[in-house]
Amino acid sequence: MSNTTLEVNELTTKYITRFQEDVYAVDHVSLKVEEGKSLGIAGESGCGKSTLALSLMGYYFPPLHYTSGDIIINGRNISGMDPDEVRKMILGAEIAYIPQAAMNALNPTRKIIHFIEDVIQEHDLYVNKKDIYERARALFENLGLPAEVLQKYPVELSGGMKQRTVIAVSVLLLPKVLIADEPSSALDVTSQKMVIKMLRQLMETGLISSMIFITHELPLLYNVTDDIMVMYAGQIVEKGSAQEAVFDPLHPYSKGLMGSIIVPEKGLRDVKLTAIPGVPPNLKKPPCGCRFAERCKLARLECWSVSVPLRELGGGRAYRCLLSEHELREAYAKEAYQNAR
Amino acid sequence: MPDEKKLCLSTSGLTKVFGFGRNKTLAVDHVDLNLYEGEVVSLVGESGSGKTTLAKMLLGLINPTEGKVYFQGKKRDISSQRKKQEYWKGIQAIFQDPFSSYNIFHKIDTVLLDCIRMRGGGNLLRAKKVELMTEACCFVNLKFEELTNKYPFELSGGQMQRLMIARIFLLKPKILLADEPTSMIDACSRATILDELMQLRNKTGMTIIFITHDIGLAYYVSDSVYIMERGRFVESGSADEVILRPKEPYTQRLLNDVPKIYEEWDLSTV
Repeated sequence: MSNTTLEVNELTTKYITRFQEDVYAVDHVSLKVEEGKSLGIAGESGCGKSTLALSLMGYYFPPLHYTSGDIIINGRNISGMDPDEVRKMILGAEIAYIPQAAMNALNPTRKIIHFIEDVIQEHDLYVNKKDIYERARALFENLGLPAEVLQKYPVELSGGMKQRTVIAVSVLLLPKVLIADEPSSALDVTSQKMVIKMLRQLMETGLISSMIFITHELPLLYNVTDDIMVMYAGQIVEKGSAQEAVFDPLHPYSKGLMGSIIVPEKGLRDVKLTAIPGVPPNLKKPPCGCRFAERCKLARLECWSVSVPLRELGGGRAYRCLLSEHELREAYAKEAYQNAR
Repeated sequence: MPDEKKLCLSTSGLTKVFGFGRNKTLAVDHVDLNLYEGEVVSLVGESGSGKTTLAKMLLGLINPTEGKVYFQGKKRDISSQRKKQEYWKGIQAIFQDPFSSYNIFHKIDTVLLDCIRMRGGGNLLRAKKVELMTEACCFVNLKFEELTNKYPFELSGGQMQRLMIARIFLLKPKILLADEPTSMIDACSRATILDELMQLRNKTGMTIIFITHDIGLAYYVSDSVYIMERGRFVESGSADEVILRPKEPYTQRLLNDVPKIYEEWDLSTV
């Protein structure tokens, strides 16, 4: 059996607003990432992807609050740990996080090498600067970044280069798990490819053992990760391998997502992109039934009132819908037939 | 029927140089562009290839260093503010960042009323104006009753961009310049925005210039595609021709950089 590097059981976290309302942005999420595997999280904006990433690190600061559930990294439960302790022991060393606008993390008045010195000294005070330089240079060369970058100021670097520098810095302390939250959304396609190549390189060379990749671009997820998880309104609505999730989605929401993929390949112009009408529910007052019912074409009367459990299909496949696998497939086949006519 | 197509906007030798002396940058380099009525054209290129500079010159927001722009057969005249406003009745734009496209002090009603006034409907009855605005909002699947008395920043990015399309629907320009209209919006709302743009084209027959770095998007929406590299067009032709059978190495590279799902994505080329 392969080792599990990150295991999350029924994690629930909430935001408390100014008016003391609870917003459950992550609602009973369970996931498991094995060594050498990568997990992709997809979903539209506001569905709780980034909150999940923040919650996974165990580093909570208001308005985000921990409610319940376990986060186990390498056999160690970090849920409910003191934030200061988490910051010293876990962040960077066990689990690293690349936020959406990672390139803005660089201080414009300091050279990259100073930034790296700060990171290392925060965790290991008695390292001299020469060692740090050597370590950083070796890592940068290993990842195909020029070593001159170390002596430059952030303004001298392009957006893609800055992003790659921050990714390299985030793996300096050899974390087990890397969480990449839309690392390429602000970049153009060429720099995006470089970032993706670097992330793959990290996995292949064993610098990190698992990765969680968050984005709303499905073609990207399909090419980067082994498994895909689709989130909607704070809940997992579908889990499966990348192949299954993209080509054979079961949940009506993931079906809609897959219908909006744009790739420059033959046949794209013949298909009509399907858009999902409506907006996600307000999480301050989540609907008591299925959260997707309002926008779902297949919704039935009971969908509005019965809370829907996640159905496990075996082999890591799961979906959250009242309809059975057979009923869903039948509905999709019917729709495809009507579209063809 | 290629000979029946009417030329809508054309440029000859359009050039823009930023800076001078040693710092001289040639942003757009002698571009000849011919746009026909009812056509959807994409300008594709990576960042820094001069797409947006070209768009701004077409809009008359910056002056070209050299070259001419012809609008509906006549040489464009934007020498005064009044003439510029006259020109902008014929050409309108949707920009990349919906959050900075609106005046934050103006309510949504004002935004839409401005459009009606610009079309010469300033003296219409209030009821007629509301009817027009409701129709425009309906077109983009927004509810006018919910929007009235709200400010643009109360909407989500996708809704703002749709409101922008509602504006265009009211203005009915000849040409619409869409500068990366979906790059700041997530993938689910992207399909809606693109569909609404296409509907707008089908309904009013306007010409749409679509600027993007995502070649997949360009392929989906456009009739013809122009590939830009360092201020020049390196390849142009119908969408099928350029995207499925690219000739230039630059086009091939752009195509390679986009993640695909049916073919293997080759990561070794960067």
